[in-house]
Amino acid sequence: MKFFIEKLMRVLMILSLLLVFGFVFSIVFTIFSKGWSAMSWDMITKLPGGGFYIGKEGGFLNAIVGSLYIVGASTLLGLLISIPVVFYLNIYLKKKSKLAYVTRLAYDVLFGVPSIVYGAFAFTIMVYLGVKASLLGGIIVVTLLIIPIFVRSMDEVAKEFPREILDATYSLGATRLETIRVVVRQIAPGIATATLLSIGRAIGDAAAVIFTAGYTDSIPTSLSQPVATLPLAVFFQLSSPIAEVQDRAYAAALVLTVIVLILSLLGRYFTNRFSKNKLK
Amino acid sequence: MRINFRTLCDKGAGGMMFILLILSVVLLIAMGIGLWFKAAPVLEGRMLKDLLFSANWKPLKGEFGFLPFVMGTLWITGIAIILALPISLLAATFLTEYARPVIKKYVFPALDILAALPSVIYGVWGTLIIVPWISEELALLFVEYSTGYSALASGIVLGVMILPLLVSLFIELFSAVPNDLREASLGLGATKWQTTHRVVLRKTIPGMIAAVVLAISRAFGETIAVLMVCGNLAQVPNSMFDAVYPIPALIANNYGEMLSLPLYEAALMFAALILFVVVLLFNLASRMVLYRIEKKSN
Amino acid sequence: MSLKSSANSIYNQYNEWWESSALRRQVKIFRPDYKFIRKSEESELMVENLNVHIKNNHILKDINLSIPDKKITCIIGPSGCGKSTLLKTFNRLIDSVEGVKLDGKVLIDGEDIIHSGQEITELRRKMGLISQRPCPLPMSIFENIAYGCRIHGIRNRRKLNMIVQHYLKSSGLWEEVKDRLRSPAARLSIGQQQRLCLARSLAVEPQFILADEATSALDPISSKIIEDLFVKLKANYSIIMVTHTLHQALRIADYVVFMYLGEIIEAGDAQQIFNNPQHELTKKYLSGAFS
Repeated sequence: MKFFIEKLMRVLMILSLLLVFGFVFSIVFTIFSKGWSAMSWDMITKLPGGGFYIGKEGGFLNAIVGSLYIVGASTLLGLLISIPVVFYLNIYLKKKSKLAYVTRLAYDVLFGVPSIVYGAFAFTIMVYLGVKASLLGGIIVVTLLIIPIFVRSMDEVAKEFPREILDATYSLGATRLETIRVVVRQIAPGIATATLLSIGRAIGDAAAVIFTAGYTDSIPTSLSQPVATLPLAVFFQLSSPIAEVQDRAYAAALVLTVIVLILSLLGRYFTNRFSKNKLK
Repeated sequence: MRINFRTLCDKGAGGMMFILLILSVVLLIAMGIGLWFKAAPVLEGRMLKDLLFSANWKPLKGEFGFLPFVMGTLWITGIAIILALPISLLAATFLTEYARPVIKKYVFPALDILAALPSVIYGVWGTLIIVPWISEELALLFVEYSTGYSALASGIVLGVMILPLLVSLFIELFSAVPNDLREASLGLGATKWQTTHRVVLRKTIPGMIAAVVLAISRAFGETIAVLMVCGNLAQVPNSMFDAVYPIPALIANNYGEMLSLPLYEAALMFAALILFVVVLLFNLASRMVLYRIEKKSN
Repeated sequence: MSLKSSANSIYNQYNEWWESSALRRQVKIFRPDYKFIRKSEESELMVENLNVHIKNNHILKDINLSIPDKKITCIIGPSGCGKSTLLKTFNRLIDSVEGVKLDGKVLIDGEDIIHSGQEITELRRKMGLISQRPCPLPMSIFENIAYGCRIHGIRNRRKLNMIVQHYLKSSGLWEEVKDRLRSPAARLSIGQQQRLCLARSLAVEPQFILADEATSALDPISSKIIEDLFVKLKANYSIIMVTHTLHQALRIADYVVFMYLGEIIEAGDAQQIFNNPQHELTKKYLSGAFS
């Protein structure tokens, strides 16, 4: 009897694993097959033309560039804010510090807060301050959204930071602040992975930017102009009843997927590559 | 002089980093307070009970019954968990207890991809694959007609989305179980599954509950993917083939227009507040449990 | 007047001129081993009534000690007797241990490092620590040595090059690594890593070298190299080493401190301690009754 159950469970486990692979394959295959046939050079190099939304000429360069603007700026800001936070958590604070516990908890919760809530919250603040949906609004909300991702995944690596290296650095006469160069080198793989993770999340998130960044057919030239983003391009074009416009949604989805897949692969690569200087 | 300057830098930078740290905690509190203030108008003169358990959603008349949305959210979250839990549990067990390293080498990237795909992609996949499948095949077995844009479609999409989270949490939990325990059980002549079932799974029950709660809170707030496949009908669903209208979709769909009606805005903010509070409580509870487990295993 | 003394006086006059000449100030000859301000060439370490508690444990009990200048002092004793704690007190690395309480005085060059508000960074620069396991920083070989100088304010590229070369030579590593200064320090062999750590400590011009069982993780050949280095270095530095192996102490110690359960049982010249120990415990320990 127990051997039968053993066999059964084994089969079920393998089935569930196959199911996971099946989902991945199905999603990627669907996006690729649908998107590839709708893909053309114009799509990624042209702005939407006059009759774009009834199926005429143009592409979604506005969304690609808009996404890159938002992601680039917010990733940079996110790094600038989260590296000091992680550094403080791990170097300045003691291991058993209450503050560190509360902060980690806060970041875990912030990580779990849905992006739509970020969007709604940021929007009310923007209304209060009189800021319209714009590139600036998009950047700020996405930055807020990815900081918890940055902090959590870097902290995961920084927690393992060897005490001996810290002692060695201190005994050369370094202040806590001056150990930052050593710490950053040691957790470089973690920073790289965290960055890729955040970029992936930032580029794919639609719910937070839906009110804060707006949507436009042109590329913004200042921070106060609205900006289009790839996920929203997919979302809006897919809700159109015209088949040609829907096709563009698939093409945009393909672009988004390819970007995310590349980021994910790079993440794996970096984890191995960046550990050159790292001590085991 | 220089040395003093260095110590000063150290202190100064420390102070700045401390402020950053505090700001992040403050952000969380500010979010709660901000949403609360914005939601206050709709709470005035209405009972919380009425808001949550009335099915009358007539914003133009000033009636805000959130029941359809609450039920919609509960339905799809429930379906998602029911689908994802066994799959992730089995997969995680297989990966930690049975699989050779080679298999892990292929599974982890696949999970990475699942976790990395943006929700709008899941939405596209849902509309292209799941929705037609439900309306053309599955639904016909049970009901006469369904558009496919339904609680079930949302649940399936959501279930796939939370799979990677659940699997990675489970793997972390299972790996923390000391090997001695497994060996002791195997040494008594138990089969591998018996060992897994009696020792590993039993020992990690609190952690598993925490992980599931975490996944639920993730599913709660998922917006775009669900919005694309849920049907967006403000009704209390009767079966899983009915269209639903979960809370995040409500906010996303109506936010642009609500500015003309202050009470409507407050109602949507109340919806955001519900999401926030639920996520906050669920996360706090489950993270605290997970921390304790992590501490114990160290 | 002999030839020698007249030569000497000429040399002295020349030196005086050189030191005061405008030319010297222009050329600004930079010596890699003489870059920080020193109060004196002599270094002095005195410990008076030192007590260390960690949480509720009394780790060091009433330590009184004076470390001789430019000698190798070996601290011996069974494990857990507080040797490492004592060493870490000297450069205040003990501060980062949780729940630690220090009482008493540790005087370095007449200044109490525990109670005076002395800059801890400056103190640690003066006390170069070599840890048990070599611990290169996660950067290149060059950067490992340059790091300490950089944080203490030397950023000039040319100077750093000179410093790195000088100290790699003085730790006997130069010939082995001169072609790969840019490669990660983690790729060196463990013995080389330890010499790198020594060079790194020397590069910030310490007065003392604190070696915490610096050879215990190394193979016999590497540890012999390190030992020889120490013997060579004692001309310029006071070396305090904690050691587990009596043989090592026998080979290189000038002065020996025997500790047992947080107390100093006996301290004195190596000859005297090894040949004629006064205390019963020391006798037993030296004869190998316990270790």
